[in-house]
Amino acid sequence: MRGTVKRDVERVVVGILAEQAAMSPEDVTLGATLEDLGIDSLGVVETIFSIEEAFDIEVPFNANQPEASEFDIHTVGSIVRSVESLIATRA
Amino acid sequence: MRRVVITGQGAITALGATAPATLEGMRHGRCGIGELAFENVDRLSIRIGGQIRGYDPEAVFSRQQLSLYDRFTQFALIAADEALGQSGLVITEALGERTGVVLGTAGGGLQTQEENYRAVYAEGKNRVHPLVVPKLMNSAAASHVSMTHDLTGPVWSVATACASSNHAMGQAMGLIRAGQADVVLTGGSESMLCFGGIKAWEGLRVMSKDACRPFSADRSGMVQGEGAAVFVFEELEHARARGAEILAEVTGFSMNSDASDIVAPSVTGATRAMRGALLDARLDPTAIGYVNAHGTGTVANDRAECAAVRGVFGAHADDLMISSTKSMHGHLIGGTGAVELLACVMAVRDGVVAPTIGYREPDPECDLDVVPNEARDARVEAAMTNAFAFGGLNAVLVVTAFS
Repeated sequence: MRGTVKRDVERVVVGILAEQAAMSPEDVTLGATLEDLGIDSLGVVETIFSIEEAFDIEVPFNANQPEASEFDIHTVGSIVRSVESLIATRA
Repeated sequence: MRRVVITGQGAITALGATAPATLEGMRHGRCGIGELAFENVDRLSIRIGGQIRGYDPEAVFSRQQLSLYDRFTQFALIAADEALGQSGLVITEALGERTGVVLGTAGGGLQTQEENYRAVYAEGKNRVHPLVVPKLMNSAAASHVSMTHDLTGPVWSVATACASSNHAMGQAMGLIRAGQADVVLTGGSESMLCFGGIKAWEGLRVMSKDACRPFSADRSGMVQGEGAAVFVFEELEHARARGAEILAEVTGFSMNSDASDIVAPSVTGATRAMRGALLDARLDPTAIGYVNAHGTGTVANDRAECAAVRGVFGAHADDLMISSTKSMHGHLIGGTGAVELLACVMAVRDGVVAPTIGYREPDPECDLDVVPNEARDARVEAAMTNAFAFGGLNAVLVVTAFS
């Protein structure tokens, strides 16, 4: 059950990023950075909005202090992990 | 060429209910930013702003007037009254025809939109007040200023996001230079501090939850404000002929577009605008003693703006003072340039340079004299004020001491 939820989070996050990057989800790897995917600062805030809507969570992210944010947007994998931990906190 | 001088100024901001009160706040480095108070504020993650407190519309305007005046119009009328009063102008029919009004506002009647959307969507009402349209329209403030003072010359409003006021004042200057008016009431007003106004900004993830700290390495984003400032721009000989007190001369204006990004600033565009304003003012860069920065307190703006200032001023960048008064009154969006011109007039007229407050930690990419935390006495011959709006719309003005 836990494994399924985990894979679902990954699938949804990858889907959101793929749509933002106008790529096919199969081409989005967990190690890719947002820069690799060609997602700019506007794309980042749209991505975060989509994630909040998809998982019904509040993502703490301030574009002025990305490094100070608990939400790690460095790679696809780090975003997935951050979303998982936000879901766990909520539950 | 016909020269343009300032013979009156008025304001209402989070720092004070008049221009002198606002400037007194800047002089003392006072922070007008605090907890926001309005309906549904509990549903916001951003709850601070430069909101005007202790203001009672009913003490200033009649019930009939208030059915027509959105909050942004009220602010514009209050500031215009003060400016016109200081100028000493008596508006005859002939002068009224030679007097215009050009005001900047980005959002126009947002409070009215919010209240009435709330009524029909949230409260399920099927009827709104019959005067909603003339109350919310972007040009309502300019129209009411003209109606209140019988100003029948050119009147319009300008909406270029955060550069609205600077564009408005630049156009006002152009009207006088071109001989299309002898006097123009100009500046801007904004009242975006409502649930919808802040909710929309939250989404951009550039707002601070604690303070506006422009140029400080620990900055956390921008903070909104509200209010208005209005100036009387007057043709020099017209002002001289009636023995008016001249506060400053408006000597330069330049505007351009980055044509590149809907939110990100451009060093090139900002550089061109500042250079253009200096050329228009026929001033050498070394003549500028003070720059009132756009200085929003976002990383993107502050770094691009400092790089542009270095590019324009070269070695002189280390000698001039640059501050962002948004740290005190917040970002008034379409009204901000007007409030910030007050700081420039204070610099060239009174020799007082307003500080950047909330400054705690140097940012190596903003290594200019940002007048941290305390105002400074200095002799300033000319001052520049920047506005670099979303959508790449840049507008820069230069004012010069008049003697």
